[in-house]
Amino acid sequence: MNVFELIMTDYTLQVVSLGSALLGIISGVLGSFAVIRKESLLGDAVSHSALPGIALAFLFTGTKNTEILLLGALTSGLLSTAIIMGISKYSKIKFDSALALILSVFFGGGLVLLTYIQKIPNANQAGLEKFIFGQASTVLLRDVKIIALLGAGLLLLVALFWKEFKIVSFDIDYAQSLGFDTKKITALLFAMIVTSIIIGLQTVGVILMSAMLTAPAVAARQWTDKLSVMVLLSALFGALAGLGGTVLSSVVSRLPTGPMIVIIISLIVLISLTLAPNRGLIWRFLRQKNNKKSISADQSLANLYHLKLDSPQSQGYEIPLIRPNLAQKKNGEQIVKEQLAWLTSKNLVREVNPSRWSITDKGMEYIDTYFKEEV
Amino acid sequence: MSAGLEIQLIAIIVAIACSLPGVFLVLRRMSMMSDAITHTILLGIVVAFFITESLTSPLLILGAALMGVFTVFLTETLNGTGLVSEDSAIGVVFPLLFSIAIIIISKYAGAVHLDTDSVLLGELAYAPFNRLTLFGKDMGPKALYSMSVILLLNLVFIVAFFKELKIATFDPALATILGFTPALLHYSLMTLVSITAVGAFESVGSILVIAFMIGPPITAYLMTDDLKRMVMLSALVGSINGVLGYQMAAYFDVSIAGSMAVMTGLVFFLVFVFAPDKGLVSIIRRRSSQKIEFAQKSLLFHILNHEGDPNEALELGINTICQHVNWEMDFLNKMLSSLKKEEKIFMDGDIIRLTAQGKDYAIKSYEEIISEF
Repeated sequence: MNVFELIMTDYTLQVVSLGSALLGIISGVLGSFAVIRKESLLGDAVSHSALPGIALAFLFTGTKNTEILLLGALTSGLLSTAIIMGISKYSKIKFDSALALILSVFFGGGLVLLTYIQKIPNANQAGLEKFIFGQASTVLLRDVKIIALLGAGLLLLVALFWKEFKIVSFDIDYAQSLGFDTKKITALLFAMIVTSIIIGLQTVGVILMSAMLTAPAVAARQWTDKLSVMVLLSALFGALAGLGGTVLSSVVSRLPTGPMIVIIISLIVLISLTLAPNRGLIWRFLRQKNNKKSISADQSLANLYHLKLDSPQSQGYEIPLIRPNLAQKKNGEQIVKEQLAWLTSKNLVREVNPSRWSITDKGMEYIDTYFKEEV
Repeated sequence: MSAGLEIQLIAIIVAIACSLPGVFLVLRRMSMMSDAITHTILLGIVVAFFITESLTSPLLILGAALMGVFTVFLTETLNGTGLVSEDSAIGVVFPLLFSIAIIIISKYAGAVHLDTDSVLLGELAYAPFNRLTLFGKDMGPKALYSMSVILLLNLVFIVAFFKELKIATFDPALATILGFTPALLHYSLMTLVSITAVGAFESVGSILVIAFMIGPPITAYLMTDDLKRMVMLSALVGSINGVLGYQMAAYFDVSIAGSMAVMTGLVFFLVFVFAPDKGLVSIIRRRSSQKIEFAQKSLLFHILNHEGDPNEALELGINTICQHVNWEMDFLNKMLSSLKKEEKIFMDGDIIRLTAQGKDYAIKSYEEIISEF
């Protein structure tokens, strides 16, 4: 059966891939802010910290309703964020150390609670561990509805507070000087990032959630310098990865969904890093090569300038005289010849006699204007 | 030796072994690298397993250690392109490597006796069952020996290169000038972190490795500014966390590794709040005493400035001064009564005046402040 047909006919797959795609959009949008604020590892800490909340919610209510477990996860996720902020504000301990500590302590607490729950007789606790690694196949239609509802709320908030989030993410001091309540805005943004992380737990699990938050935004960042474009691209990449990962994992049998999504989004990151115009590695390589070429050509022109001033003659100068060092290298003469041809095409240099070149008046003017300081 | 005693002994050794490289991770602002490494070494183990087809081969440790170093290398390369910030680089690299490991494991789930749960979560309670027998004689749990070797390795490295590590950590530029090649030290340290993580997570799980590597060092960091003392204190704190954690786990009959992580958090919290000098309580106390001292001085300056002024009665009158210094009435009264008690001011009818002692004090503090510029 081909993939397209499978998506059209398989109800479970439709539900799960819709959920993953929505998740990709939400974490893509909010992840953009986390990445810009250089707090992308917060996702890792918060998702680990959600575990005790999930366990406690189950312990108190005895139900495994997604919304109740997620509420527990949200509470402990927010609590852990507040503690991390508190530690790095009130002591000399750095943000990353605070993250690592709270991550492991909360996760440890979650393990303690899970082992405690396992001892309760008749407790229907099986399935709580799915949050550790995520299990997309357990996502039901009502879970997708919850994701969609929460996601719509989050996206609406982002649209409403767009200006505030933007200025707080890029220049918090400026925002404060303009009279924005930066503390409240930052708190709201954090709460929203935490919520988006919690939404993803069921599908990709606590360990891989940080990739969902970071990778789409990192990929999108390479293509643009504009926040609005970055957020949209990031949402697109997130959706693509969510959809692609889910479909691939169900077509290729026995591959877990979360890791599959992560692999796809990592591929998107790799492609963006290499191919993106302007920032991309290939682009940069070509540009550097170009720069090197034009700097070398400028050097030839500058040497002709000096030759004309120091030892004027009307016959023109040969290549070994123009670039004594370069001409001795392998292919050196050829390179200089190409440079001179290029300079000739721009009327900066003139081939006076065969294989003898001289600088033109335009070339003199060019050097005078751009290289005055160095000459 | 009873199983409980053995577990605690292993925990103490693991805690000390982890805290030694952990101190330098914290000081070099690389704490989250421990999180990345503890996850990615799983891929190293999986790959090494497919090469050796054995779960007990020492090559597994080698593979895992190499993967740990590779993680650091990959993160730094990504960061080095200037396209990705350091935290994002970690956030992209480790989930990818971890995902590859999970996919390989689940693809060959039937053939492999590798369990992601046990690797990540770990269970110290099983450590005593895996015993070392020499010449048919029971020599105690294997983890005890493997971790002791790793502890020894860490100890030797840190004692031998203490000076180099210290300089490379606090002043990498100076270290380069002196010819210490910080990059070599850096990667040696990362290799140690990886080896320690591999050895430890077999028995305690990767999450506890993070707790043991970061928790005790930052707890010690709040108690001292001396590197040597910080190393020793964090080893001590780690051991205490291990023992207390075990007691808690035994009492409630819950996950030992989890309890130790929780205990690490509790001990840190206590130190964070009550530590002398750097704890929350003393910081708040110091800030409020600074606030009072500053307010008292400002008030004295105000009185000194307006003494003999034509507006003296208004500026220094007990009923009108409030408007001139622009403070809350309550706070002003508190400051006035405390200054009166210290005999720096006295009431001259309705007007507040400086005593001779108060005048000396005000002038002296004023000169102190001025001389700083």
